[in-house]
Amino acid sequence: MGLTNPDPMPINPATEYEGADVTTVSSISPNWVTTKLDFLTNWARANSLWPMPFGTACCAIEYMATAASRFDLARFGMERQSFSPRQADVLICAGRLPFKLAPVIRRIWDQMPQPKWSISMGACASTGGIFDNYSMVQGIDTIIPVDVYVPGCPPRPEGLLYGILLLQKKIKGETIADDMLREEHLVGPSGLFLPAERVDELSEPFGNSVHQTRSA
Amino acid sequence: MGSEWRRARGCLVSTVSPSVAALRAEFGGAVQRSLVSCGDTVVYVAPERAHDVLAWLRDTPAQNFNYLTDVTAVDYRDPGLPLEVVYQLRSLPRRADLRVKAALDKAAPLEIRSVYDLWRGADWLEREVYDMFGVTFLGHPDLRRILMWETYAEGYPLRKEFPLRGHFSRAEQTRQALAANPEAHYSLEELSIAESYDELPADMRERLARGERGFLK
Repeated sequence: MGLTNPDPMPINPATEYEGADVTTVSSISPNWVTTKLDFLTNWARANSLWPMPFGTACCAIEYMATAASRFDLARFGMERQSFSPRQADVLICAGRLPFKLAPVIRRIWDQMPQPKWSISMGACASTGGIFDNYSMVQGIDTIIPVDVYVPGCPPRPEGLLYGILLLQKKIKGETIADDMLREEHLVGPSGLFLPAERVDELSEPFGNSVHQTRSA
Repeated sequence: MGSEWRRARGCLVSTVSPSVAALRAEFGGAVQRSLVSCGDTVVYVAPERAHDVLAWLRDTPAQNFNYLTDVTAVDYRDPGLPLEVVYQLRSLPRRADLRVKAALDKAAPLEIRSVYDLWRGADWLEREVYDMFGVTFLGHPDLRRILMWETYAEGYPLRKEFPLRGHFSRAEQTRQALAANPEAHYSLEELSIAESYDELPADMRERLARGERGFLK
């Protein structure tokens, strides 16, 4: 891949990401020019998102229904499904993600050019869902940064559309005065893009899976 | 037709398959016990004779079990019970089924002779059993993991002593997964038909030799 991250930078100064630098401040302050420019670029970006579908399971069926005529993603500027990461804006992970596919989605995310966003569709992509076992990633936010989580098992097309509208709302609130906005969160020297304890915390069992019986 | 069809379906009858008596006559003590479960006859054979029994079942005209439906294994929660390797056989011309089990003592190395030489379909089935249970199939041409990646280091996931969430922490599992090279999982040789060239039908070999692609009538 050729991508290395000798000194990863944080998205916010709350020591969220590896090597967080608390002293980082924005170099430009919002003014009349930047806000008007923000309005224009955000309007253009939010209304012409090209999704990169990463469908692995039943959520992909709902995603297809969302893209088809009845629910019609094209109404929100998503006319073109981008099956090439180089021409994509938003990665939609629809379905569970096994550890075997983790390097694949990570590489697709690294191949996508900025600006880029991601949607985690469904319970399994967001948390591991019912698959709290040896083979499944417990939430794709341990692999790539996630902007919008869509709950459901699988979510109805309306749910995904609502998530997309939320993402558009988020995009319309972005500003170029935010230095951290287009930060690449690359896999760091530790082999993870989050601190190891954060991955463990995100992957902790919750809900009913706390009570599931374990063998051995 | 009627009774044979019902026996083939299995669900309507609970009689022992006649193959069991034939097996006992042929192999004697190597056939340990047999039972009928939900209409399916199960035969337990000694693991060191399992290959001979399966070869006999395939090659004897009166048995003619020419199709290996599945190879799998069962690990029981009771640690004293052996691990069973299960062969599900099907005779396509006779429309008959037979399940052959070989119990492997867990104190000894889990080894059994491969049936790849009898049914080529056993290739991936035995690889899956190796991947999930750690049974070594002696004589298998390419025994490596098939579902988990080849560098998977946590053990054999379907063993009863394997914890549901794996041995390593989630961070370590994620780190190892991200360190994997996705292209390393499949070799070009695995995806090509070059090795099986000699086994292809003659007309297909001829078309391949001419460099043609696609299906010709």
